[in-house]
Amino acid sequence: MTAWLVRRCAAAIAIVFAVVTLTFLLIHLAPGTPFVPSDERVLDPAVVDGLRRQFGLDRPLGVQYVRYVVALLHGDPGYSFSLRRPIGEVLATTVPNTLLLSGAALAIDFLLGAAIGLYQAARARHRADVVLGNATLFLYSVPTFWLGLVLVLVFGQHLAWFPVGGDRNPVLYPSLSLLGRLGDRAWHLALPALTLGLVGAGGTARFQRAALLEVAGQDFIRTARAKGLHERRIWLVHTLRNALLPLITLFGLALPFLLTGAVLIETVFSWPGMGKLAADAIFTRDYPVVTAAALLASVMVVLGSLVADVLYSVADPRIRLGEGGARA
Amino acid sequence: MTPRHWAVLLALLAAAAIGALGLRAGTAGSDAARRFFRHPTAAFAVGVLLFFVLIAVCAPLVAPYDPSAQLEIVQLQNRPPSWMHPLGTDLYSRDLLSRLVFGARVSLAVGTLAMLVAVSLGAVVGLLAGYFRRWMDGVLMRLVDVGLAVPRIFLLLIAVSLWSQLPLAILVLTIGLTGWFATSRLVRAEVLSRRELAYVDAARALGAPPARVILRHVLPNAVAPLIVSAALGIGSVMLLEASLSFLGIGVAPPTPSWGNMIADGKEQIATAPWTTLSPGLAIVLVVMALNAVGDALRDALDPRREAT
Amino acid sequence: MKEPLLRVRDLKTYFVTERGRGTARAVDGVSFELYPGETLGIVGESGCGKTVTSLSILRLIPEPPGHIRPGSFIEFEGRNLLTLSPPELRAVRGNRIAMIFQEPMTSLNPVFTVGDQIAEAAIVHQRLSRRAARARALEMLRLVGIPDPEARLDDYPHQLSGGICQRVMIAMALVCHPQVLIADEPTTALDVTIQAQILELLERLQAELGMAIMLITHDLGIVAGSADRVVVMYAGQVVETAPTPELFTRAQHPYTEGLMASVPRLDRPPAARLHSIPGNVPAATDWPSGCRFHPRCPYAWDKCRAEEPPLLETGGAGHTARCWLVAEPQRRMRRS
Repeated sequence: MTAWLVRRCAAAIAIVFAVVTLTFLLIHLAPGTPFVPSDERVLDPAVVDGLRRQFGLDRPLGVQYVRYVVALLHGDPGYSFSLRRPIGEVLATTVPNTLLLSGAALAIDFLLGAAIGLYQAARARHRADVVLGNATLFLYSVPTFWLGLVLVLVFGQHLAWFPVGGDRNPVLYPSLSLLGRLGDRAWHLALPALTLGLVGAGGTARFQRAALLEVAGQDFIRTARAKGLHERRIWLVHTLRNALLPLITLFGLALPFLLTGAVLIETVFSWPGMGKLAADAIFTRDYPVVTAAALLASVMVVLGSLVADVLYSVADPRIRLGEGGARA
Repeated sequence: MTPRHWAVLLALLAAAAIGALGLRAGTAGSDAARRFFRHPTAAFAVGVLLFFVLIAVCAPLVAPYDPSAQLEIVQLQNRPPSWMHPLGTDLYSRDLLSRLVFGARVSLAVGTLAMLVAVSLGAVVGLLAGYFRRWMDGVLMRLVDVGLAVPRIFLLLIAVSLWSQLPLAILVLTIGLTGWFATSRLVRAEVLSRRELAYVDAARALGAPPARVILRHVLPNAVAPLIVSAALGIGSVMLLEASLSFLGIGVAPPTPSWGNMIADGKEQIATAPWTTLSPGLAIVLVVMALNAVGDALRDALDPRREAT
Repeated sequence: MKEPLLRVRDLKTYFVTERGRGTARAVDGVSFELYPGETLGIVGESGCGKTVTSLSILRLIPEPPGHIRPGSFIEFEGRNLLTLSPPELRAVRGNRIAMIFQEPMTSLNPVFTVGDQIAEAAIVHQRLSRRAARARALEMLRLVGIPDPEARLDDYPHQLSGGICQRVMIAMALVCHPQVLIADEPTTALDVTIQAQILELLERLQAELGMAIMLITHDLGIVAGSADRVVVMYAGQVVETAPTPELFTRAQHPYTEGLMASVPRLDRPPAARLHSIPGNVPAATDWPSGCRFHPRCPYAWDKCRAEEPPLLETGGAGHTARCWLVAEPQRRMRRS
């Protein structure tokens, strides 16, 4: 078990390394030179040369690569041309916001999705299942950002139940008490997290329904029924416990979705996170920011799937304890 | 919008309905088709898809105006739906229905072409990795691991930030090139489960070259998950294109795509919501139909699975 | 004559088929009795309806696509099992009537320990505390002859062999001392040597605990060794019932004859061609007219094609057969 864990961690590190290399290659092999300012001024070649030397761009590729990796390991992903600040600093303020949004969305996604999936599976092929099935199909198919726009329109502007953007009230926040601040943050978090969570829940519900129905058809469920157990116990204890395993796998796959969604939702709701940072950086062609964000996102995805794998191996006794040798 | 345009629209609607029902009746002999249409929404979904494809193909006949034409700049700016403009007009005084119809062409084409790139590449990689194994499998699957580690949108953001506005063809290609990873794993799994089967061994024992064994014995059985992948893939590419266009880096104006129509209407969503609602609903309808078809295909093409 | 413990009367279980090819009448009017303390063998080929019969008793048939027809009657402890309310049915399942299945490895929940699964039955039916139930589970593991039972309590099914898993299933089924144990092909998935052990175990447990066993199998050898009485099924019906010795020496129904002739025997020359009943088991959606065995029967004449025979007394004690030959024994001539 520990041997497997070590190997899995090593693989994770290798993947991150490969992504780092990939982004490095993309930057340096792309057409066009660095230092194209957003206002399209043509810079004096001497100035460009000076900058190139300053940023070490005149050294051979191999040397640049090593410097790049070393800098990353020291937590320095470079400098943002458009924001004129070290990227590390910018990420430090934006990443927690994205984590907050993604975390809340993840919770909504899985709790709501698993519950709906369970309800559907227990009433498979009846009216409730069909209705919910169409609802989840809708959620699974809707463009995340469009749903955000619609929800902002309805709940933000027309009904004014929620704010239309930002992560806190810019004017009132500093003067609020701790509880007030938490409340304000939560109020601003509600709509964006709900949007992202709902779309995710659609997919999770569909997946969970299928997983539960697959388990429900297994022999051991028939045995449980033959033992005289209540249907509720059969679903909530015997079936669900088995269907949780694929759900853990789904959790590993949910992270790319959440991070992608973060880029879009943060743009719609002006949420000051890493996604919005990357999206804004496109227009200034500030690719160091974009690649740093992409790298960070990849690290999160790799970490997330590592955690999911470990969780799964703990939760499934067939993996946790291995084959154990058939004892006659 | 003249009566003629209404007539064309209704005719296409009827054609789609008849086409879907006809397909169901015509394939009633096939087991797979029967399993497909057993899904309550399958026939309806096929009809929806047919309708939008027909609209896209017959766009010039359906659209009452030129999608880029800026009609009466002031009077017709952001007008709500009316008889003349059933879906209203947008910020630039363009007829939304015409834009939606021509946008269907772009969105559906981008979706299908990018999906074809992704699925083909994924199939080839999966076949090679699964059949030849050893170092080729190792290298290719590590590549897939890396590809799956970076969320797709970030890959596209990097591409755009490095190369600025991508021409449509390059956009399609890039979307396709970033979307083959999951498919390759799927195909590889299918190949792995089949290559040990007796008939593959038999073919090899008879001296058949690897290419022949792959193409004739292994591939036909891997086709089913590929088809499902394809149907679902078009949907996810369409959502991706919409997202990119919304962020401003997708299909460039004035060419209408459903995604950039939503982006155009974003600023006046409070005052003129119809500008974002109709393209969004169009995307939702088509993607829902594609997902429904994908699900039904999955059950139809793999009878071993318990239909859920 | 003792009172039967379980009386099945005219059981009909039908399934709706996918293609609209009509209804599959898997069990079509089956009647038999089970007496206290006896082992009743139910034997037949695949497709004859024996498993569906056994599942119907505890109403384990999935409701769409299957359904048990009204008019079917299964009497147990003075009540019709088929009309019990859900709570009443749950009180019978695993408690008064228990069942074990063919594939022991997949019939146990992979994410719970063996001890927990056995204890669960005790907790649900006997309201034992967790500790008492665990002790009971340990007792049961010992009873079914599992070596080192304390260690096995906390094992998961995948860590155990098929033979041990089946013993666990038996332990789980018997923890509440049921009156009836239904065993659906309990040894089919196991090695021959383990088969013998399991059958011996069932015999020993029956002697110790006194329950009746309904043993469903396709293997005549098992029936010969373990059953007191036999019910032979074909095409959804009972075609012959008899005490075991009587069946093996004086089988009346041509199908039973055919089954016995098909068993390879040590006292025949090894080069002799193995007998097989010609033809195939018909589809449950389309039973033949008249006697359902007539297309494959060497003795069939026009009455067999036209009229379905009822179960007729053959003269032997407790021996009935669904065959016109019982009424007209002179027709017992082979057609070539």
